[in-house]
Amino acid sequence: MSIVLKSQFSLSTVVSISLLATLLGCEPSYTSASKSFNNTLVYCSEGSPQSLNPQTSTSGTTVDATSGTIFNQLLDYEPGTTNLRASLATDWEIDDSATRYRFTIRQGVAFHSNQYFKPTRFLNADDIVFSIDRQRLKQHPLHRLNDSEYPYFTGQGLNQLIKSVEKINDFQVEIILKRPESPFLSIVATPFFPIQSKEYAEELTKLGKIKLFDKHPIGTGPFQFLAYEADSYLRFKRFDQHFAFQSEFEDLVFSITPDPAMRFARFSAGECDIMRHPLPIHNQIASQDNTITSIETAALNVAYWSFNTEKAPLNNLKIREALNLAVNRKAILRSVYNNQAVLAETPIGPGSWAYDSALAKTLYNPEKAKQLLSEAGYSNGFELDIWAMPVQRAYNPNARKMAEMIQQDLLEIGVKANIVSYQWGTFLQKVRSGQHQSVLLGWSADNADPDNFLTPLLSCAASMSGSNNSRWCDPTFDKIILDARIETAQDKRQQLYQKAQEIFSQKKPWLPIAHTPNHLLINDSIKNVSVSPLGTISFESVSKKLQEETP
Amino acid sequence: MLLSILRTLITALISLIGLTILTFVISQQDSTPLHDFQSNHWFGQYFEYLSFLLSANWGDSNLTGAPVLNEFFKYFPASLELLFFAILIVVIGGLGFGILAAKNRGNWVDNSVMGATLVGYSIPIFWWGLLLVLFFSLFLGVTPVAGRIDYQYYIEPISRFMLLDTLIGEHQYGGAAFFSALNHLILPAITLSWVPMAIMARMTRSSLVNILKFEYIRTARSKGLSESRIIWVHAIRNAMQSLLAIGGLQISILMTGLIITEYIFAWPGIGHWLLNSVARQDYPSIQGGILALSAMVILFNLLIDLLTNYLDPRKRRPIS
Repeated sequence: MSIVLKSQFSLSTVVSISLLATLLGCEPSYTSASKSFNNTLVYCSEGSPQSLNPQTSTSGTTVDATSGTIFNQLLDYEPGTTNLRASLATDWEIDDSATRYRFTIRQGVAFHSNQYFKPTRFLNADDIVFSIDRQRLKQHPLHRLNDSEYPYFTGQGLNQLIKSVEKINDFQVEIILKRPESPFLSIVATPFFPIQSKEYAEELTKLGKIKLFDKHPIGTGPFQFLAYEADSYLRFKRFDQHFAFQSEFEDLVFSITPDPAMRFARFSAGECDIMRHPLPIHNQIASQDNTITSIETAALNVAYWSFNTEKAPLNNLKIREALNLAVNRKAILRSVYNNQAVLAETPIGPGSWAYDSALAKTLYNPEKAKQLLSEAGYSNGFELDIWAMPVQRAYNPNARKMAEMIQQDLLEIGVKANIVSYQWGTFLQKVRSGQHQSVLLGWSADNADPDNFLTPLLSCAASMSGSNNSRWCDPTFDKIILDARIETAQDKRQQLYQKAQEIFSQKKPWLPIAHTPNHLLINDSIKNVSVSPLGTISFESVSKKLQEETP
Repeated sequence: MLLSILRTLITALISLIGLTILTFVISQQDSTPLHDFQSNHWFGQYFEYLSFLLSANWGDSNLTGAPVLNEFFKYFPASLELLFFAILIVVIGGLGFGILAAKNRGNWVDNSVMGATLVGYSIPIFWWGLLLVLFFSLFLGVTPVAGRIDYQYYIEPISRFMLLDTLIGEHQYGGAAFFSALNHLILPAITLSWVPMAIMARMTRSSLVNILKFEYIRTARSKGLSESRIIWVHAIRNAMQSLLAIGGLQISILMTGLIITEYIFAWPGIGHWLLNSVARQDYPSIQGGILALSAMVILFNLLIDLLTNYLDPRKRRPIS
């Protein structure tokens, strides 16, 4: 009997043991991807880019994927700062009327190549004219390519501002403005002015594949595009002919991981070296772990709750005032931001020279809010949709939770709020077309000029293009911010911006919520990664930490 | 025999028609119509819709603009790869543990297998998957958290079966890429197979225990045959028919599990694709994905039905 028992065991135990072996993994020495193979840098990003051409999108995800990698602009910002520096333009001159900008273009700058295109020439003035005219001119052959829209360009009113872009010679371009515009250089340095190859567009047109122009992008940046699988990964290869930077990493991979807990898990397991948008709790964990560095940059951003002023009852100022008073923002700061942010009173943050510290603060006052509601004839309250953005951003780690807290606060004054959400791309699209009633969103400035918080978000032009999602258009306000753009003396501009902020806080198209510093987690084996105050990540000089440097 | 097959086929056909009606209704929800219909009446449109489907015109994705059918086949290999390994675990593990329990019926081995499987099919798999990640990936560090392959390997998609591509593609990584891909399969495959494996094990045990009570088994015992021979030669074959029927039912559990598993492990298969399409309100992709997934379940069940028919002589006789 004992023999029978033994043989009984042998057959089926083999099956279960082999299962167990697979369960435990046959390679006990499995270590993190990046640490074992030092030429690949993996970046855990928070979402799929909407497009691979930053001209056509204002989302930070798109900017991270393209401007820190594929493209260069005429000017850009020194990594981690808001200081302008030369990039594809080596020099620039502004004439006395402050409307003519002459750029001298760097010579010998090579473009990337791919399976459709091998460049035969270096960058020249034609490429600059081409890149700006595509956004500017309705009759440009690529203007309507794949139904492109240029939200930043039109939001800034640049199609009205720029009179012409002219090639002086192969290496000089002149941009002529209709009127002086103080922030213009800051604007040219944003990621939304990528310089693309005219020759590539011609080549693709010849091949009948022009539709691929924005899908297989060609630029001059430190990394060239290799492959993109939506919701999965983006791959880049180091561009060895870049005019200034040579990364120590041959390959750069964006691992697209929308769920922050999963992103942190991948980061902790060493599957990625850099993690974007850690939650406040992750920063706390990181501060106790000496293999992780948390990088914090004081940010130019704002989270806000915007009211669609085209829709009743939000077109009523009293209602907007009531909603402003009804929300306990201190509680939001505590629960959503773990107190790692500061309260916002205006779009412009305390980091900017145009910030108005004397501005009246909005204080939590549900009683006053109720009173205002009944004055406006809504003593029984009303129903309100709150659209909560479905992704984390530096300025808002959890819009859903924020929406739920606001929902609770509103219940106190008798307003019944419904929380609405869509996938990010759809969400932005619907908000842009004004389908929302109120929306929790935010903005990371893309240039350091204070105008960047006002013209793209609150001007009448932006309400036409959709990036002003309160769809609020106030002629006095619009006039002031326009004057401030033309004015060149900073003290005069400051006065104008204070006036603008006063109007904003009287008319309350939003409830500003918070200004948040940017965070990035990096593992200790790499260095020289930075996020600028503008919220853009830069990979150009990322490098490995030498063994000796590690303590 | 023929009549029985015919009946199976007709049942499958009716299910397929019901399915296309459902997806037809979904396709009507989109603001921009998927197809240009000639007919004005919904009834005529439905038949036009059927002919579009049969001519492989499933519409274009709202998001990427690519034909839905192409998108489906782009994501499908990843799912199939995962399903293949999950089914392998279900069959080997389910039969293995079931037989192990049946042989040791009544003692501690049986009890622990039964206990473990009861827990197994009671655990929601999204939680189970995360527990596995927590323990094996974050605590022990032996398996990756998510994805299909380590990012230092760039494998050109050829067949889109990652394991196959690491073998047939030209790259400089050698076998390391293959093992990385295999390692990425372990946790998702276990997560996905867990519930059906537990059910399979319990079913195997109960039908074996049942069969072992039959007279012919006692005859075999009295002839002095070993217990292994009795089980593997005499009992299993008879248990197989009911197991096959149960196995057929597991495929729908696998398909629903697939969607959850792919989400947990960021596995770029059809489940992932379908969820993203829902989030993006990409109706052509949603209806294409549902149609293809459900059609697969129906066809698979048809196959199982035909197979049990073939194996079980009693079923070959039509009921008259």
